[in-house]
Amino acid sequence: MSAVAAEGVWKFYGDYPALRDVILHAEPGACLALIGRNGAGKTTLLRIIGGFSKAGRGQVRIFGNDPRDTETRRRVGWIGHGISVYDELSALENLSLFGRLYNLPDPQKSAMEWLERTGLERVKDGLVREFSRGMRQRLAVARAFLHQPSVLLLDEPFTALDDRAIAVLQRLLREALAEGRTVVMSTHQLREALELATHVALLNRGKIAFHGARTPQMLADPGWVYAHYDEA
Amino acid sequence: MREKLIYGLGAIAAVLLARDLYSIFMQLPDEASQGMIYRIIFFHVPAAITAMLCAAVTCITSVTYLLTRNLKFDAISVAVTEVGLAFLAANLVTGSIWGRIIWGIWWTWDARLTSALVCWLLYAGYLMLRRAIEEPTARARISAVFNIFAFVDVPIVIFSIKWWRTQHPQPVFWGGGSIDPAMYLTAVLNLVALILLAVVLSLIRLRQEEVQREIDSIRRYAHAV
Amino acid sequence: MDFLRQTLVIARKDLRAELRTKEAINAALAFSIVILVLFSFAFDPGEQETVEMSGGLLWIVFAFAGTLVLNRSFAREVPNDCLDALVAAPISGAALFLGKALANFVLVIAVELVSLPVFGIFYNVHWTGQIWSLLLVLALGTWGLTVIGTIFSALTVNIRLRELMAPLLVYPMLIPALMSAMKLTMDLIAGKPLGGEDEVWLRLLVAFDVIFTALSLVLLETVLVG
Repeated sequence: MSAVAAEGVWKFYGDYPALRDVILHAEPGACLALIGRNGAGKTTLLRIIGGFSKAGRGQVRIFGNDPRDTETRRRVGWIGHGISVYDELSALENLSLFGRLYNLPDPQKSAMEWLERTGLERVKDGLVREFSRGMRQRLAVARAFLHQPSVLLLDEPFTALDDRAIAVLQRLLREALAEGRTVVMSTHQLREALELATHVALLNRGKIAFHGARTPQMLADPGWVYAHYDEA
Repeated sequence: MREKLIYGLGAIAAVLLARDLYSIFMQLPDEASQGMIYRIIFFHVPAAITAMLCAAVTCITSVTYLLTRNLKFDAISVAVTEVGLAFLAANLVTGSIWGRIIWGIWWTWDARLTSALVCWLLYAGYLMLRRAIEEPTARARISAVFNIFAFVDVPIVIFSIKWWRTQHPQPVFWGGGSIDPAMYLTAVLNLVALILLAVVLSLIRLRQEEVQREIDSIRRYAHAV
Repeated sequence: MDFLRQTLVIARKDLRAELRTKEAINAALAFSIVILVLFSFAFDPGEQETVEMSGGLLWIVFAFAGTLVLNRSFAREVPNDCLDALVAAPISGAALFLGKALANFVLVIAVELVSLPVFGIFYNVHWTGQIWSLLLVLALGTWGLTVIGTIFSALTVNIRLRELMAPLLVYPMLIPALMSAMKLTMDLIAGKPLGGEDEVWLRLLVAFDVIFTALSLVLLETVLVG
């Protein structure tokens, strides 16, 4: 069974189809890089996979289940455009909160563990409001990984990350993939993403123009997929 | 097909209205205590009933939209709500005119007028809410939920205002009294005429809404290309 | 029970965040005191008149000040896209709604419990005659206000002119609840115990609370996700 499967997904804004008959699979342990120009529908598709909105037609399945199922949500980690942590709370309070929402056996302990893994243990009691941008992004990463999700959905995660945050994220993603977790990430940063990716999908104006394994050729020439499959 | 329906129903409504206007102004005598102005009741009451029917219809179409996610039902919701709002406004205005002639005042907080006003505010809120949401699918969903809340509130509003007025009685606007059989027929026919008019107006508005949706999606296509 | 536990997690989070910044609650308190002062200038009521208008005045103050708190309910989730994290978390829409409603309820009641003595002092009114019944009415009326305010905060979370839109939509919906609360409060402040005609208002208030709480619990998920 695929970890993530989109089967004939359409999304309409009014009568306009933002996604057209999207068919996509990611097997357990795979890292799928979802690429495409701005407005191609990457965020729309990812948000449907994440259960934030509903497909107009077709369906999305995560390990065979609806993304909105409570059990499924427990196994999914999300990093969107925002950091999704609270400015008025401290780093530790934020992670403990999410630990409790995800029903972790020891939220405080898990929170501390992930603060250490993202290099934020020294500022655990600092309010997020006071953090630098890089620190906020690392906290967002900690939040997404906290509950050991089987599937990680990342929407342009490398955009506007500083070097340290990029390094942390790449390390954590590599570890997650080594543990058999599945990653689907949309991206403009081809180089960083293609290093990790096992598969690539190109979205062009709402349709999947290419879906296959990442080749050494793509790694050598990140623009290759665009050149061969994207319509101008 | 729909054009024929619009013209057909419109014609029937026009005929009925013509017949009723003739009856109202030419045939029926002046009422004992009120004189000429009582004739307004032939529009005041059916307008309220029509508005109520519109509210019920939009609640049903809102629920249906949420169940089917077919935007056709959203279009019907907005069309019928607008028409219903217009009829409710007619109810308020005719009531106010009547009050001015009979009581010398433009407004009184009697139970029925007050309820009508509050319901009007509720559904005007629906239209305002729609105007604030650009994206059609989100707009349909959010306004459908609001419509359900509004419709559930309507009976509560009517009851609470009626009970308030029972505790603080005021001159009732219409007074009770039964209707003369001659007038009864005209009243019922006018109700039918107004309902047909509501249907015609809704169909016209529905058509406009659907065309608008088409234009919006064409515009999006154009921007994407 | 998981549902209850998650509800409390959400409620605690909202309360902690609000109490740390105190933005909404300070604004609400200031607003309520200002209105109370303004009304006394505007109407300069005598003793009998004051008791008669007490219900109306207090609940207008509570509704307007309360709205300042209630609007923030889902608006506070917008910065940083925190709403996404809540929607993605394995909690039911009902638990999310109830948690936020509970936190809002506590905050609005707090504002009201400060406003009441202030009202008593400014207007020279003895309001503690039927204190327990008054607190009951306060709770029921505030819950109705809270439920509608919270669900409409969710409805308007992503729309233009959210600050203007939410109150405009909320007030007409609240009319039955406010009416009941005003009438009951007026009688209670006058010193009359609950009974007789008041029962209808009480039942109306309870019905309002039950119906709209149920509707909100069921529909929140639809509002946020689709």
